[in-house]
Amino acid sequence: MSAAGNILIIGAGPAGTRAAEVLVGQGLRPILVDEAPASGGQVYRRQPPGFLRSTKLRYGFEASKADALHDCFDGLRERIDYRPDTSVWSIENKTAFTLGPNGVDRIPYDALLLCTGAVDRVLPVPGWTLPGVFTMGGAQIALKAQGCAIGKRVVFMGSGPLLYLVAYQYAHAGAKVAAVLDTARLSDALPVLPGLLIGGLTLAKGLWYQNWLRFHGIAVRRGVRPLVIEGDSRVTGFSYRSAGGQERHIDCDALALGWGVKPECQLAELAGCDMAFDAMARQWLPSSDAEGRASAEGVYLAGDGAGIMGADAAEYRGELAALALLADQGKSSDVARRAHLKHKLSRQMRFRIALERALPYPQGLAAAQPDDTIVCRCEGVTAGDIRLGQSLEPQEINRAKAFTRVGMGRCQGRMCGIASAEILAAHKGVPLAEVGRLRGQAPIKPLNIAIGGAAADDDPDRAASI
Amino acid sequence: MNKKSEGGQFVRLSETERPEITIHVNGEAVTALAGDTVLTALMMVGAAVREFEFGAGARAGFCLMGACQDCWVKQEEGGSLRACSTYVREGLRLITDGGEQ
Repeated sequence: MSAAGNILIIGAGPAGTRAAEVLVGQGLRPILVDEAPASGGQVYRRQPPGFLRSTKLRYGFEASKADALHDCFDGLRERIDYRPDTSVWSIENKTAFTLGPNGVDRIPYDALLLCTGAVDRVLPVPGWTLPGVFTMGGAQIALKAQGCAIGKRVVFMGSGPLLYLVAYQYAHAGAKVAAVLDTARLSDALPVLPGLLIGGLTLAKGLWYQNWLRFHGIAVRRGVRPLVIEGDSRVTGFSYRSAGGQERHIDCDALALGWGVKPECQLAELAGCDMAFDAMARQWLPSSDAEGRASAEGVYLAGDGAGIMGADAAEYRGELAALALLADQGKSSDVARRAHLKHKLSRQMRFRIALERALPYPQGLAAAQPDDTIVCRCEGVTAGDIRLGQSLEPQEINRAKAFTRVGMGRCQGRMCGIASAEILAAHKGVPLAEVGRLRGQAPIKPLNIAIGGAAADDDPDRAASI
Repeated sequence: MNKKSEGGQFVRLSETERPEITIHVNGEAVTALAGDTVLTALMMVGAAVREFEFGAGARAGFCLMGACQDCWVKQEEGGSLRACSTYVREGLRLITDGGEQ
């Protein structure tokens, strides 16, 4: 394969699809690598072949957007070098290392569009490693892509736009929703009402889901504080503190939890992008300009992987980053369209900021966890371990990783990185930004040693034949 | 399947008219449906994909999108697979209880 002119897109969700559309429109043939067997990303994930439900049934209000994105992709499919079922596990020297159905491969690129999306933002709660506890997004995938509920009596707990949406989707599909427990308070939303109103239809849909749940007799509680997920070998109940301060218990056999989503930015880091602490997200994100250019030459970021703005914005950002790429390569790029997209995105950003305040991440929740709460699910590292492991200087999260193994497991800190930094910062009494971030390390997903060794070999032919 | 389990974790709400596929879990035959992920198939009959290496209890997956790596399950033939991102296929033989029968 020649490296000349290679444009590599990673991720076939809303951003990656729209980026590919722009490039194909200019007669280019990008390589599009995606971990999933079919396009759509997580938000517009397709169901497996043989499933019969309509998009309307699965996506509700978003069905036309899902159909449009899927149709767009299907129209592009023969005009791009599409590699589904393929993970990128490292990036080094302008080369992506992949693992797919035919084994390992390496893809040299001149330009890289990272559309890596997001995962649930989760926080540790005592008992959260019990079978029966799933992320909010996971609960939605069970329904959307498998036609299943995660349990017979499901509690939805956390905050963010997915909370009411997924609870509604469950109840609407015939699942038993035991309760919807929101850690946000109504008083969080009132001061940012003007910003929320920018969201228009999005805001209206969110309120509609809440009202539908209440109208159908489902308990919706705000301002709750999670206490413990109960159970011996699997979930049997959940205890929380109500807004009024009382301890409450609810029987359930499954619990979906999440506080919005967070970017998947390991590949941006490995590709050499500068990272900066984002005060709103309370985490480190890859830096990029208004059109998605990252600090590393030839690297562009789009979609939620570049900072959370949602699925509609991801489509704009994918298109915009591809137009920026074309301009940088001296090709035809619609300047007016770029200005229009940037205008739309700045409005979306104002809504996003208001939403973040209305449905706030529960600051202090991770830091308040008792010593015996497991924080790192992979390695079983507790809050107490993190606090103890930091008697040594410097007070920095990679140091804590070295001493306690927090973030060293299979997930590479995806699930515990935020919480462990919060716990460490609070314990040391320093601002969150000061404890740093867990550095991205290859392989970013688990890899068989034999495969990794072969790929690291200097002979690409040998690596590709494994 | 899982000795501690009392029935499946997941509940099928729709899409039940798919062809059946037989897999084996801890030596016992389990009927799944074509298009099920391995995780779905396991969650229909129990609440475990593996035992936790560093403490008591089982794990049963978490994110369902290939990010958290909680749902790696052992295969009888050796090796393991990520249950949430692998579809069931005829002849699959899995071990969720650590292999001590």
